[in-house]
Amino acid sequence: MKQRIGIIGVGVTGFHTVSPALSFKEMTYSAAVKAYLEAGLQPGEIDSFVTASEDFLEGYSIFDEYVPDQLGAVMRPVHTVTAEFLQALGIGCMMIQTGHFRTIAVEAHSKASNVKTLDEVRAFAFDPVYMRPLKESAEFLAGLEMKRFLESSGNSERQCAAVVVKNRKNALNNDLAAYGALLTIDDVLQSPPVSVPLKHLDIAQRADGAIVVVIASENEAKALSKNPIWIDGIAWCSGQGNPWCRDFEEAEYAKRAAEKAYAMAKIAHPRKELDFVEICDEYSYKELQHLESMGFARKGEAGDLTESGATAIDGELPVNPSGGSLGVGHTFEASGGMKLCEAVFQLRHQAGKRQIKNAKRALVQSWRGVPTATGTVAILSNE
Amino acid sequence: MGYRKVAIVGAGLTKFVRRAEETGQEMAYLASKMALDQAGLKLKDVEMVTVGSAPDAFDGVHMKGEYLLSGAGGNGKPYIRNFVGGGTGVFAPIHGWMHVASGACDVCLVVCSEKMSSCHPHPQGAFLTIFDHTTEQPLKPTLIWIFALEMRRYMETYGLTKADVARVAVKNKNNALDHPSAHVAEAVTLEDVLNSEVLAEPVNRLDISPSSDGAAAVVLASEEVAKRLTDKPVWIAGVGWNLDTAYWATKDLYYPRYVEKAARMAYEMAGITEPHKQIQVAEPYDPFDYKELHHMEGLLLCERGEAARLTAEGYTARTGNLPICPSGGALGVGNPISATGLMKVIEIFLQLREEAGKRQVPGKPRVGLAQAWGDLMQVGTVIVLKR
Amino acid sequence: MKIDQVPMKGLTSEEYERAIKIKWQPKLQYAWDNGIAIGKYLAGLKEGKILASQCIKCGRIMLPVRSFCELCWRPTDGEVEVKDTGVINTFAICHVNWDASRLRPDEPRHIPAVIEIDGASKGQGIMHVIGNVDPKKVKIGMRVRAVWKPAQERTGTITDIIFFEPY
Repeated sequence: MKQRIGIIGVGVTGFHTVSPALSFKEMTYSAAVKAYLEAGLQPGEIDSFVTASEDFLEGYSIFDEYVPDQLGAVMRPVHTVTAEFLQALGIGCMMIQTGHFRTIAVEAHSKASNVKTLDEVRAFAFDPVYMRPLKESAEFLAGLEMKRFLESSGNSERQCAAVVVKNRKNALNNDLAAYGALLTIDDVLQSPPVSVPLKHLDIAQRADGAIVVVIASENEAKALSKNPIWIDGIAWCSGQGNPWCRDFEEAEYAKRAAEKAYAMAKIAHPRKELDFVEICDEYSYKELQHLESMGFARKGEAGDLTESGATAIDGELPVNPSGGSLGVGHTFEASGGMKLCEAVFQLRHQAGKRQIKNAKRALVQSWRGVPTATGTVAILSNE
Repeated sequence: MGYRKVAIVGAGLTKFVRRAEETGQEMAYLASKMALDQAGLKLKDVEMVTVGSAPDAFDGVHMKGEYLLSGAGGNGKPYIRNFVGGGTGVFAPIHGWMHVASGACDVCLVVCSEKMSSCHPHPQGAFLTIFDHTTEQPLKPTLIWIFALEMRRYMETYGLTKADVARVAVKNKNNALDHPSAHVAEAVTLEDVLNSEVLAEPVNRLDISPSSDGAAAVVLASEEVAKRLTDKPVWIAGVGWNLDTAYWATKDLYYPRYVEKAARMAYEMAGITEPHKQIQVAEPYDPFDYKELHHMEGLLLCERGEAARLTAEGYTARTGNLPICPSGGALGVGNPISATGLMKVIEIFLQLREEAGKRQVPGKPRVGLAQAWGDLMQVGTVIVLKR
Repeated sequence: MKIDQVPMKGLTSEEYERAIKIKWQPKLQYAWDNGIAIGKYLAGLKEGKILASQCIKCGRIMLPVRSFCELCWRPTDGEVEVKDTGVINTFAICHVNWDASRLRPDEPRHIPAVIEIDGASKGQGIMHVIGNVDPKKVKIGMRVRAVWKPAQERTGTITDIIFFEPY
């Protein structure tokens, strides 16, 4: 990357199945206070603010109206992207690289529990002419992709189940997580079918939570922080926008974004050079597909890798030590933010029972979920 | 440190119509294709794409940005949607500026597409949910409420009459007669505006811009690429944006202080110290006629409370000292929210290149400005362009 | 390329009627968490009180209740009861419904207003509606008071105040 960007403050609430005690403003405020405290900045000292949200997940038209107060950003340059947290972070990095901004706060949150017709909202993202009249749910498309991915790659449903078992177990060591559990492969395989081969336990359950992160230019980060975590590369990409144009075999968005991020961070051998990864596992098969698309395993080998224990927290390449979306809870536009926070804690060696020894470099990745083909990849390091 | 310069090298604009035959994706395609053709580029030359579009509730699609992706040329590319309500149309090229100025790419496509006619029974219905769900929505507010409240406060503060404000609608609707994209091009008189249906006093129907379908696009390029592509690049000299509190009823609506803050940010970047002298043509956002006056004042293009008098004196006419909304603005060309803002940027682009045809303002302007506004009387977005 | 040759076709009403259309009415239901501050505000309304938050740092008494002062960036210092009277900051006389359909001639006009509440800091207003008045007589600066629903009918919502009336 032309100029490295430093993460100098993260604020994260816990993740919960419901969060009635706090409004979204109050939840976000508590995350912002933590992030600004770590950064040693008052909100008035932060040059600009980027927030990530989607109107229908909030139940508002023009949700960006409601973002400034809880960030201490009234009468300041604030803007919203209808994107996932990591993409907003990428925009924040760009802003710093223009040379006009030194520090940026990035925010995303989930109040998924407030959406009483969440499945209906998600299906409302389908093309109104070509897909919506079929009256299918969002999981229909995920099941369709899972089927094609498994058949074309040779990975198995059992291997997908191993992802679920691993991530939910990892979450038991994460105090922020909502869905830690000890499951067996058979528990997953026998869970009710949703959109065959997709089963109930293959799908990450929803959670509420908020994340605020403060980033700074390299010089500013060194001046402000004793232990900045560096963003060595960050890139996003979309595949085919219309689902009926996709091949459903590999995750084109993840592949292209990773290629760019690796080039920025000068990474030639991702599996060797990265100490752990936090990647999108909204559905179990997505973890395998993403691992293969980003070059951590050859086609059809991500499942074997998982079954061998190589992606466990004590394995050769820990994948989702936080517990991932499956274990922590899926937070929609905030999901990559949760994963970024885990990477920051690990790289600062503050991850407690989950700490990966000598972790120096990590990859964080997100996907915007059904029916999109948009995702982001970031490479972080602590030196 | 030396900043990367960014230029607009091509623009595309569809007709603004009440009900488009095309889908949102197709509209985005038409505008994008036109912008690329003008820049002499192919889609493969575009490295990144940013899209602006107003609420998903208009089109009736969740994650509207992802839905528009294929039409906006985003397949296989880094693609993102920016969204600051009604301010989006001018923010979108600011977002594109970030992409190029940062060095992330040399060519960025900026697209704004808005299909409001999909929302039934009326796109107004989508605006109920802009108000606070707990403390305001139970009152069943309409969008016009908030404008009428602000318009009355503004008029009362400066002792303005309905006619003082309506002259803006007359000027802009007549300017739009020369705009090929215009939704309803009709010559209107002051009496027409004053006698049009009363919707929410003090707002009459012709005080308001029509809801339209439409799309616009621009291609942004780095200095080196821009100089290769055109001998008439128009440079993005300054950008600014600002968001005020969501507690809109706790501030005095007579003056848009957030617009002033956004303008000052853009002026500082552009080295503009006396905007009323240095800005030679401007396109402030005019979804309602009083808004043009309000925004002229917020943009420091005149003293507070003076905008109506200047309008009456012809100062803001196309041939006046400071032409305001020579395009015809939202009032005349139509108001497909995000596409309107970008239409305004495109108008300044054309004016500075002296390619605005019958709408060309005299005096070979070299510095112009476009501005949009949005949310609950909250957000100002400003871009300063230089030849 | 000629910017004057703009594409796209607008449908006439007749063409629109003939066109094949797909209709979709989404089921969108939300139950928003009020949290600490708005929860107290609504509980106050149920008791027939308007509550505001105070911040001892900037000295503001703010409406509606909020748990942090967005300007001083610190938690607020508790709630105070303000009066249920105030002054009209601005108002409108509205002849249309929220979906842009027109009110019938015999229906009462809606009169939304921003009301600066007595006891709150200057400029701290709320949006509500004005009632029990000839619309022609409403003026900026007019004093108004809340007309509450009877206690047993109040549910903890902003419409527990039916409207504000001049007095």
